[in-house]
Amino acid sequence: MRTPLHLVLAALLALAGPALAQQMPGETPQQPPQQTQGLSAGAPEVQGTAPETGAGRGGPNGVQPETSEPQAPTGGVRPAQPQATAPQAPVAVEEIRPNLPWTARGGIQAADLERQHDREGGVISGRVTIPNQSAGILIQPDGRDWRQFRNQVLKWAGLITLVGTIVVLAVFYGLKGATRIESGRSGRRVARYNAFERANHWMVAISFVALALTGLNITYGAYWLRPVIGPEAFTALTFYGQAIHHYIAWAFALGVLVMLAIWTRQNLPSRVDLAWLRAGGPLAKGHPPAGKFNAGQKGLFWLTTLGGIAISVSGLLIMVPGLLDDVILNQWAQIVHGVLAFAMIAVIFGHIYIGSIGMEGAFEAMRDGEVDYNWAREHHSVWLQEELENARRSVAPDNLPKRSRVAGAD
Amino acid sequence: MARLVFLCDSERCIECNACVTACKNEHEVPWGINRRRVVTINDGNPGERSISMACMHCTDAPCAAVCPVSCFYGTDDQLVLHDKDLCIGCGYCFYACPFGAPQYPRVGNFGGRGKMDKCTYCAGGPQQDSTPSEYAQYGSNRIAEGKLPLCAEMCSTKALLAGDGHIIAEIYRERVQRRGFGSGAWGWRTAYKETVAI
Repeated sequence: MRTPLHLVLAALLALAGPALAQQMPGETPQQPPQQTQGLSAGAPEVQGTAPETGAGRGGPNGVQPETSEPQAPTGGVRPAQPQATAPQAPVAVEEIRPNLPWTARGGIQAADLERQHDREGGVISGRVTIPNQSAGILIQPDGRDWRQFRNQVLKWAGLITLVGTIVVLAVFYGLKGATRIESGRSGRRVARYNAFERANHWMVAISFVALALTGLNITYGAYWLRPVIGPEAFTALTFYGQAIHHYIAWAFALGVLVMLAIWTRQNLPSRVDLAWLRAGGPLAKGHPPAGKFNAGQKGLFWLTTLGGIAISVSGLLIMVPGLLDDVILNQWAQIVHGVLAFAMIAVIFGHIYIGSIGMEGAFEAMRDGEVDYNWAREHHSVWLQEELENARRSVAPDNLPKRSRVAGAD
Repeated sequence: MARLVFLCDSERCIECNACVTACKNEHEVPWGINRRRVVTINDGNPGERSISMACMHCTDAPCAAVCPVSCFYGTDDQLVLHDKDLCIGCGYCFYACPFGAPQYPRVGNFGGRGKMDKCTYCAGGPQQDSTPSEYAQYGSNRIAEGKLPLCAEMCSTKALLAGDGHIIAEIYRERVQRRGFGSGAWGWRTAYKETVAI
């Protein structure tokens, strides 16, 4: 029985053969004599003693070497007869017709398509093979409408709104003058806003003014400021103005949310507001009763908070264009932002007027947190009554059981 | 002076995107910015057309009209170029542009999009022609070398044409007459208020 070891030894011997032949040319080589016959001495002998290809590696090709681990031939056992296929019904196929020639296809006309989208709106879009899929919009005619809004509507309507508001307030002030405290200052003070309310109010106020100024610069600066200070200085101003706008917006948004949290309950509409409005609101003769906030202030509150949230959200969508990644929606966000901005600025003009020169005794409410008793009696009578009742109750509590005695009374 | 235009013959465009690649390579346009792109409309349907689109250098350019810092300027060849030193990256030109040409290096970050970048018609920027500072901001200035934009120059099917509007329109008209069909000059009605009569 031959083992693999035998095979290895045989192979080694076969390889050593040529080396021996080289070292001992005079001796009889071990190889069969027919391989060396007819060859000259030297190198050919080495060539001649080499085994034929395949012959020294286990015999002729196709013969498996003897092994202790025989492997099955690949492919498995073939069936004697190939499996028959079931007969299939013929499938009906449509006749394949060649495409119409280009000339007969009609096709689209660029100018017609553009004219149609010009009239009806909507983008002409397709597929792109770059990562930025929003670049698939080939032509968007909506940009023309947005340009019209920004360069004509917003510019002129905004200007008329702001100048008109200032004119109206000036005329009002000229005709009526400041609203005085009719019965004069009493010298007694009533607490109206605590420190937190005032701090939040001024945070919103300062950020609003900064946002308004930098925003107005975006809308009007190129017309008025740029020719005066020059392109480079104007770009620097607008660039940093834009940065201020982006950063301070967060303080504004936070302040608006805080306002909503602390003042909503006092700004819910009530029956008193209807009477206040029916009496003529801010133009009323005499002083119609009002709660802590009258109907006008409630309107201002809701415009500031709801409008503030809307303007913050729309601003965020413009500031972070990737949130929308859609040029049409970005245009709409800018339109909402611009309209709300001008509306709020105009209303805040009125607020600033009443809070400063328009009404005596109003500004100290947000400066000191306290107002004059007579001011409160005239402008917020219902609120003053509530405050007085609360004060009496806390000083002389009448909700205690009558039989009980105050501690230490004995 | 000439009125320089682009015209993409969409019957010839095979959407190989070589114009896009050539532009990016010629000007070393950073990743994420495409001054030129190829849009395929009606993809896979009858009437499929591929159109290579970049800044069309419009007459009465919307981008220049809405820019809050007026950073755009026009050249004698009626190209619409911009000064990156004046740009504040507000994004308004992108809202107004009918062709989506303005691109920004940063998208969705906090506090600015970065200086706008767009096709310059290979005409550089406001600096001295063919200077390193011009190249760094705007890419190469082939117009100053007397050459046309590379995208059109190397278009393998000669679908994308660049040059004087009258000459380009005449070439296109001749093509259409010879072969008998053509879908027109894409964007010309929007950009120049005119079309190529076929």
